Amino acid sequence: MESILEVTGLTMDFGGLRALDHLDLDVKKGEIAALIGPNGAGKTTFFNCITGIYNPTGGDIIIRPPKGQGRKERINGIKPNHVTERGMARTFQNIRLFQNMSVLENVMIGRHCRTRTGVAGAMLRFRSTIEEEQAMVDYSYAIIEKIGLARFVNDLAKNLPYGAQRRLEIARAMATDPFLLLLDEPAAGMNPQETRELDGLINKIRDEENIAILLIEHDMKLVMSLSDRIFVMDYGRKIAQGGPDEIKRDPTVIKAYLGEDPDA
Amino acid sequence: MLSFAEIRRSVLVSAWFMFLTFPVMVIRVNPIEEVVEWRWRNLIMVGAGSFLISFVWRYLIARKERGKKAAEAGRAGGPPLARRAAVHAGFHKPLMGALAVFVLIFPFLFSTYQVNIMATALIYVMLGLGLNIVIGLAGLLDLGYVAFYAVGAYAYALLNHHFGLGFWAVLPIGAVMGATFGILLGFPVLRLRGDYLAIVTLGFGEIIRLVLENWNDFSFGPSGIANIDRPGFFGVEMSLEAATNYVYYLLIGLVLMTIFFVNRLQNSRIGRAWIALREDEIACQAMGIDKTKTKLTAFALGATWAGMAGVVFAAKTTFINPASFTFLESAIILSIVVLGGMGSIPGVIVGALVLILLPEYLRAFSDYRMLLFGAILVIMMVFRPEGLIAGARRVYEFKGKKETSDTADGIHT
Ligand SMILES: Nc1ncnc2c1ncn2[C@@H]1O[C@H](COP(=O)(O)OP(=O)(O)O)[C@@H](O)[C@H]1O
Ligand SMILES: [Mg+2]
Repeated sequence: MESILEVTGLTMDFGGLRALDHLDLDVKKGEIAALIGPNGAGKTTFFNCITGIYNPTGGDIIIRPPKGQGRKERINGIKPNHVTERGMARTFQNIRLFQNMSVLENVMIGRHCRTRTGVAGAMLRFRSTIEEEQAMVDYSYAIIEKIGLARFVNDLAKNLPYGAQRRLEIARAMATDPFLLLLDEPAAGMNPQETRELDGLINKIRDEENIAILLIEHDMKLVMSLSDRIFVMDYGRKIAQGGPDEIKRDPTVIKAYLGEDPDA
Repeated sequence: MLSFAEIRRSVLVSAWFMFLTFPVMVIRVNPIEEVVEWRWRNLIMVGAGSFLISFVWRYLIARKERGKKAAEAGRAGGPPLARRAAVHAGFHKPLMGALAVFVLIFPFLFSTYQVNIMATALIYVMLGLGLNIVIGLAGLLDLGYVAFYAVGAYAYALLNHHFGLGFWAVLPIGAVMGATFGILLGFPVLRLRGDYLAIVTLGFGEIIRLVLENWNDFSFGPSGIANIDRPGFFGVEMSLEAATNYVYYLLIGLVLMTIFFVNRLQNSRIGRAWIALREDEIACQAMGIDKTKTKLTAFALGATWAGMAGVVFAAKTTFINPASFTFLESAIILSIVVLGGMGSIPGVIVGALVLILLPEYLRAFSDYRMLLFGAILVIMMVFRPEGLIAGARRVYEFKGKKETSDTADGIHT
């Protein structure tokens, strides 16, 4: 299997603090991969680096979009909107919805980079503008239905229940037509019922939409059931990598999570 | 209802006030007759007055809190009455019809003086709607907005003075000049937001005014430019009254055009990008929106309307000088947007009418009018921080899709 995202030697320094230390990670086509590690390990920083929010100190971030969705490219330091245009979309650990916009409008924002209407079109409403607008509404509504938010479609994002807000973040990211979806702790704060639904949803996105997924998650049950491969980080380094069963038995992983056993 | 504890608190407040004002309000020493007057009536009035004010204040706060709790519990009683009335079709049409008729015959009902004031208010409606793009939609706190107004006004005054260009020729030039200056200011402040942006734009506004004040060869300095041509109407000579009415109708037309375009903009791809930028800059970029482009279009389009309003202002007053473009103007336009309701077109219109007309009609209170004006603003912001008419997002209909069956569970009201 070819990898669609290939990160090698990624390093990120904040002043004296090395948040990422020569990290290697890759995501293959059609895969669900997970990035786990204790709090403060640098997982979110990794997302921020590959989505252009931070400019990494060193290393290479290379994307190889599937056929017809772009060309191979090194994307270090490009702007976040350009990363999204190239086909990687993300959600945020601390929900960052557009609170005072409706659910539909939140998802329509995701279509922004796939549409053209400019100032003149907006003011004069050419035929092409109207068509594009309608297509945008239909496309967004279809995603909202798929994610199961149809009954909230006209509600303001801030009025949604917590679990629905997390799903709306996923819907918004999907609207950008990504080949890789980056989910930062999508199950955080969800109840067991919602987490089970999320499990199904993520599988559905991979299988039906052909979107590969890289997720950061603390819920081990969810990670183990979803992931094809798991990367484990601690203190900015990768300490293990492999399938769920390997990771479960890996002593370094157990040590990182449970702390050093003084008797060992 | 208010509890006993609340009433007791109000009583305490009024007792405290009576005590504090006792020496000033009650005791009066008459040095001529060498007696002390005890004005007990004043004490009662202070007591009753402060009790009443404190009680009303508490009552309003309590009501507001209750409203908030109700909204949190998901029992929000739908949109407010004003909006329901405005949206309800049976109401909407006759209401709009009556308003249109009133607007059209306004100059025949009222004196030229009143028409003139209304025309001024309409200029502020334009300015408010323009600034609403920058602040209300894109969330960029611009305190130097008056600079673009000045650019438009001086563009017309100077082009008219030197080259004899007419109003209609300069109106689009003013718009383009406004947009150009909007972009020129936009570039250096792209990285700033919030209070930093506010300070830099404020500085920019002052720079423009100071340049106009001091660059005598260019702008004729503080003495300004006089005898600017009024808007022409196919070369017809007009009396002062006719000219005033003409400017009024012209402004009605421009305001309608502004509403038309701003409404289209805010429900377009561009407008949604502005709102997304306002709501969350990082998420906005992460969703593929070019922050730079979005900010610059907001600055440019906002300034476009200020430029046009400036041209109309110069043509209406026939005299301009830098004193018309002080920071106070920016502050008033900002108040219009905030008081009316950020991101709400009807809100901004009502805000402009209230803020410009109210001080005029409060003239009866002479010295107290600005105080009263300030008090009204403060009270508004405490009890309706979202403005007179809060902005609302467009509701989309999905025919034939099973939306209604889902709403039965009551989450969707
Ligand atoms: N913008 C920043 N400036 C300085 N330090 C940061 C910044 N962002 C993250 N860090 C630090 O980097 C480390 C990793 O954080 P983070 O990536 O959020 O961890 P997590 O794995 O829990 O998502 C932490 O020590 C955090 O304090
Ligand atoms: Mg994190």
